Amino acid sequence: MGIRERLSGNEAVAVALKQIDPDVVAAYPITPSTEVPQYFAQFVADGQVNTEFVTVESEHSAMSACITATAAGGRSATITSACGLALMWELLYVASGSRLPVTLAVVNRALSGPININNDHSDSMGARDSGWIQLYSENNQEAYDNYIMSLRIAEHKDVMLPVMTCQDGFITSHAIENIELLEDDKVKKFVGEYKPEHSLLSGERLSIGPYDTPMFYFEHQYQRARAMVDSKKVILEVSKEFGELSGRHYGLFEEYKMEDAERAIIVLNSTAGTAKAVVDELRSKGEKVGIIKLRVFRPFPMEELAKALAHVKAVAVMDKAESFSGIGGPVFGDVRSACYELKTRPHIINYIYGLGGRDVPMSDIQIVFDALKEVVKNDNPGEIYRHVGVRGV
Amino acid sequence: MIYVKDANLNLPWNEVNVAGNIYGGGTSLDVNTGDWRLFIPAWIEEKCKHCMLCFPTCADSSIPVKNEKREDFDFKHCKGCGVCYKVCPFDAITWEKEDK
Repeated sequence: MGIRERLSGNEAVAVALKQIDPDVVAAYPITPSTEVPQYFAQFVADGQVNTEFVTVESEHSAMSACITATAAGGRSATITSACGLALMWELLYVASGSRLPVTLAVVNRALSGPININNDHSDSMGARDSGWIQLYSENNQEAYDNYIMSLRIAEHKDVMLPVMTCQDGFITSHAIENIELLEDDKVKKFVGEYKPEHSLLSGERLSIGPYDTPMFYFEHQYQRARAMVDSKKVILEVSKEFGELSGRHYGLFEEYKMEDAERAIIVLNSTAGTAKAVVDELRSKGEKVGIIKLRVFRPFPMEELAKALAHVKAVAVMDKAESFSGIGGPVFGDVRSACYELKTRPHIINYIYGLGGRDVPMSDIQIVFDALKEVVKNDNPGEIYRHVGVRGV
Repeated sequence: MIYVKDANLNLPWNEVNVAGNIYGGGTSLDVNTGDWRLFIPAWIEEKCKHCMLCFPTCADSSIPVKNEKREDFDFKHCKGCGVCYKVCPFDAITWEKEDK
């Protein structure tokens, strides 16, 4: 039986970091993730961890410090949000391309501009093609659990890719909720020691990150792409082991009342909670609705998701980020592509919602389920690329 | 894991080093960087006074010196920059377009 506590999402990540006690944490403060390194700095000052805490001058440097510490053979972690993640952009690719299992807690916040400090997913969606595994968390508990699991996934020999664990800024990062923590020794045993096959301080002669010529670069990118594909199996294995330890079970996504659902919504992070409440209400009126909450966005669970949606008549994919592609958001594109090979496939529409901290009440989710009813009735998706919660739309 | 001296263009993706890591030391010795060269110097031994003006200017350490005497160029690493040709006061080094 774990430890019952009440923590904000930021505290939950800080506590996970304390229990893990990584070799290096390098971080630069940015709202709404600032509290995590702030709490962690206190743990360092109080001697509760043995971590080398590097107070860098930017997020670019934070990720650089993590990359080099991991190359040296240490376990390193960082935390950021929004423009901080954007400033890491160059180094995100270096971490995954050098196959260094850095872990990063992202507290999702809108990108500038205009400047906004509130929640949406434009930051992590901007990093979706950087070769990082991405896990999304509905609440403080999932942020804590996902973070602990992220080390094991990243450091697995068949993966060796960095992992970012995301949660919604303010909505879950600052909301205090009940949480069940694992005991320190159980966390330490679960994450174990980081023992890379090769590292700069191991005594062997080694160069990491040298110039890669056209004769070899493509092969290295293929290795990296294959590792992302192979990581799906590892994510499931690690999640199974974590389930046995904690009693909390995670897959690639969570299906909520999907067995006989005719209409479904796909969401990430905290909106799943709101959507589940709407599903409960509609189910009590006999409506066959359900939701799928994506936990793993990279690698994208294409076959699994297609299977889960095969029996559904209409699906709305909720994107809390614009991609400015003119054809919908990032999750939408992948979900729609995943369903293309189905013999009978659902109509799939896209809703952009909740940008820049726009509140997402149950009534917005209700609007989406109502719209899906129209799609089913007309057997026609109508407009594909839609927005909900914008005044006048 | 493959050492530089054993790396070749027949290696499939799953046999090249992960992320392009390079193992072992002194690996530049194994890499033929002389194939970048467009111009090539030539050493005319009869004219050479072994004054040692040329070898410190070589950015690629491609002018070997033994017992206070220079030897012929290391063409595996010479990039053909022509600086040695410029500094030689005795016309003991020529520099011409390389015939490949």
